Amino acid sequence: MRGKLIEFRNVSFRYTEELPWVLKDCSFEIYENEEVAIIGHNGSGKSTVAKLMNGLLFPEEGAIFINGQQVTQESIWEIRKDVGMVFQNPDNQFVGTTVQDDVAFGMENRGIPRAEMVKRIDDTLSAVGMLDYLMTEPHKLSGGQKQRVAIASVLAIFPQVLILDEATAMLDPKGRTEIMETITSVQEKHQLSLITITHDLQEVVRAERVIVMNEGEIWDEATPREIFAKRAELRKIGLDVPFIANLSDALLKAGVSITNEPLNQRELLEDLWISHSRM
Amino acid sequence: MSNSLIIGQYVPGKSVIHRLDPRTKIIIIFFFVFIVFFANSVLSYGVLTAFALASMFTTRIPMYYIIKGLTPVWFLIVFTFLLHLIVTKEGSVLIEFLGFKIYSGALIQGFAISMRFFLLILVTSLLTLTTTPIEITDAIENILHPLKKMKFPVHELALMMSISLRFIPTLMQETEKISRAQASRGVDFRTGPLKERVKAVVPLLVPLFVSAFKRAEDLAMAMEARGYQGGEGRTKLRELKIEKRDIFIYILFVFVVAGLFFTRNWS
Repeated sequence: MRGKLIEFRNVSFRYTEELPWVLKDCSFEIYENEEVAIIGHNGSGKSTVAKLMNGLLFPEEGAIFINGQQVTQESIWEIRKDVGMVFQNPDNQFVGTTVQDDVAFGMENRGIPRAEMVKRIDDTLSAVGMLDYLMTEPHKLSGGQKQRVAIASVLAIFPQVLILDEATAMLDPKGRTEIMETITSVQEKHQLSLITITHDLQEVVRAERVIVMNEGEIWDEATPREIFAKRAELRKIGLDVPFIANLSDALLKAGVSITNEPLNQRELLEDLWISHSRM
Repeated sequence: MSNSLIIGQYVPGKSVIHRLDPRTKIIIIFFFVFIVFFANSVLSYGVLTAFALASMFTTRIPMYYIIKGLTPVWFLIVFTFLLHLIVTKEGSVLIEFLGFKIYSGALIQGFAISMRFFLLILVTSLLTLTTTPIEITDAIENILHPLKKMKFPVHELALMMSISLRFIPTLMQETEKISRAQASRGVDFRTGPLKERVKAVVPLLVPLFVSAFKRAEDLAMAMEARGYQGGEGRTKLRELKIEKRDIFIYILFVFVVAGLFFTRNWS
């Protein structure tokens, strides 16, 4: 049994008292080395969840625990060591004047000695495949490359959980693939939980568990396959259903039997093969 | 445009002057600016000019860049020279021209002052030509460090400078994007009377400011998420180190100063 890493206990949040609740009585848990996707349309409260996890915001009601430690004003600096975050805009989170300065920024904040910094910069940049750009300035990098640097700078402080808050939303398809490949290779080398926050159902496919948010509440919590099966309801709460799910819908309507809920093109193809050979 | 963009005037190179500790360069230039005013004889000017020219040739920066760096101040140098020529009335009259008398003292004075000007500009532009802005920032932070005891926000100032340097190209790219977007909507930046052109800048500046504020907010959040809590207890990746070459330059400079004071009042 994996240990509990993050726990939300009846968390409610609103920005000010006049504004409506952004989160209403949310409770869920995230375990060590788990890959979870949090999905919801704009304004469903999914980004707020991310900001609550490392003390950028504090809950109005309820409590959040990271490794059993409650997130409070006093504990945030400890907690931010364990919870790394990559944000949406590649440009607005690049602090350093060069790639290596940016990776160093988080470590400088934590007073890590220089020799150790140099070593970790090398390690993390090669983990994300950006070692060749050590001295490059941010305006010479593509969006995908900047996000890879952002991932490296989070990894450099050895977090226990990496939160990607819509980290691929502003990237082109190539950049998106880059990030997904980077994350896969990082997961192989490092022991860490991954929380992907997205509005794109396509990105949840790789997760072990999906938390669907709607109107500040947890709408559902299930495996990607179970979630994909509920596509009619997903459409109702404003989520774009991926092409493959739509295609299998159309095929079902046309009388083709599809037994397993396919998550990607390969699975759909296999399913069609099987149903074809049965005919 | 974006790929060739260099902030400031920095010309990359590998000369000794490029590799000097930025603090060494700043300190030497600081003192040079002072001692320039002590020169009062032809020979003492000669010593300073020799030092400045020798530094200039050591940088191996193409003359083109140095002249380009000096262009805006040529006018000032010539203007001071002419001003002194007209105003100063010392020594014997050299030429009388349309009622103007040009004195020998004026010629010497004009020469001396514009020479000082020239030397100051040349040496300071060598600093910006051979040092990246971020190195200058680091050096300033380091030199001002003692002021921290007087509650002067040295670290914050340096961080502000380095963040501005980092965002200059980003904001320039954005300006270009917005101006294209506005031009495609019919805003004319290039033709028409001056008043109209100034007005056309408004639809450029407003979106630029809006996005700059948004960026600032995002950046603040990203910095906080990455554990930024002020300068206290921070370590630094970029470190400044005094090497043998720095010490050599300091010694050389002491000789230049000695040479200057030795040649003062020599005529």
